[in-house]
Amino acid sequence: MKTTLTVLRKDLRLELRTLETVPAMTLFAVTTFVIFHFGLNRATIDGQLAASVLTTTLLLAGMLGVNRLFVAEREQGGFDAFLLAPVDRTAMLVAKAAALFTFLTVLEVIAVPAFGLLLLGPSLGRSLPGLIAVLALADLGIAVIGTLVSAIAIHTRARDLIGPVIGLPLLIPALIATARAIGPLLAVHGSSSPPGKWLAVLALYDVVFALIAYAVFDFLLED
Amino acid sequence: MTIYGKGLRGLSLATIATLGVALTLIFFYAPLDANQGFVQKIFYVHVPLAIISLCGFIFGGALAVGYLRTGDKRWDMRSYVAIHLALIFGIGGLITGSIWAKASWGHWWVWNEPTLVSFMIVLLLFATYQPLRFSIDDPERQSRYASVFAIVAGAFVPLNFIAVRLAQEYVHPRVLTLSGGNLPGPMRLTFLVSFLGLLLLYVTLWKYEMAAKNARMQVRALRRRLLGDDGIRPVGRSAAPS
Repeated sequence: MKTTLTVLRKDLRLELRTLETVPAMTLFAVTTFVIFHFGLNRATIDGQLAASVLTTTLLLAGMLGVNRLFVAEREQGGFDAFLLAPVDRTAMLVAKAAALFTFLTVLEVIAVPAFGLLLLGPSLGRSLPGLIAVLALADLGIAVIGTLVSAIAIHTRARDLIGPVIGLPLLIPALIATARAIGPLLAVHGSSSPPGKWLAVLALYDVVFALIAYAVFDFLLED
Repeated sequence: MTIYGKGLRGLSLATIATLGVALTLIFFYAPLDANQGFVQKIFYVHVPLAIISLCGFIFGGALAVGYLRTGDKRWDMRSYVAIHLALIFGIGGLITGSIWAKASWGHWWVWNEPTLVSFMIVLLLFATYQPLRFSIDDPERQSRYASVFAIVAGAFVPLNFIAVRLAQEYVHPRVLTLSGGNLPGPMRLTFLVSFLGLLLLYVTLWKYEMAAKNARMQVRALRRRLLGDDGIRPVGRSAAPS
């Protein structure tokens, strides 16, 4: 636990000092909203379409963070240092997933209001609690799978390509569940609570992949 | 030394015989479908191909567990062969499915069709298996990472089907349910024989490829012993374990 917190603190401090990943993710998300505005040729959107635009944008912006997740470790020998230290290797998985989760949360704190401002027809206020619940579950899934994929991709030659190419298909079910759960929240006269079925699917997805990641992550660090 | 060629001749003959019987049954025994007519017969090839391919992916993941547990690279080779054959079967399933969809629904591709869509997602995921392997130079790391990928992706297969199925309404004929399906007797018999034939084909091809890879490994080992390291050509960069 102490190791996890140490690594997490290191990652967050690194991000605060360099401001490399999160600002780029946010900028990417806002740019994507603008692209969607012109691509769809619509001033406002709502319902399932809005949910899809939001989810897709967040997922793609998240992939940027996934790609950057282990870069410092690789370039500056963090892997070796971590392997030399007499600590549990799972700590790295938990810390990195927590860091990615934090990045995604910061991204959404900026990108979701921006989405409400730029594209969304109905107001966000009423559906906000439901939206937060769905996005938290989705972030958990992206954080776990993203960490796993990033750890696989970082040691390959074409790492910037391999990451998204493996990560996106793995995240399609999470994307489906998130978009379907958010859809009713963003409808013009929509409900204020997300459909339980999709929350359950997201939760199941998170739990299963968290267990798998826990089981296989050690093998990715071995050397 | 393990000889993988053991029993290959019998297996090959059994495969050919079963596939022959299956084709005979398909064309001369199974009744014509009332709605779709002749084109429905592709079902006897398409569905087994798709099911075997999905099972092959999961099989590959299970074999990869063997590699991570033992570190013996023959497990990785088994997993590799299982997955790459499953990919070939899967592409076959996708093409036959597409033909069937065009003939019976009028479109090459239908989106409101959970089985088709989830199958494509699984195929897209496993299509990255070889690029991933190819992009890792160190053979030991290649095996390890590919095994991790195979396990994660193998577990992904059922989850993905649940998610996509929930997302859409049923269009696919539900021929294989837990209660035994709604196929009439002759059709079910034909389907089962055809399934068995293609399953045997998968197993036979798997064994053939394992035998070939194993023989190559042994030849290399013998050459190295007789001629020294200069006597063998260096292995090129490859996605396949060698």
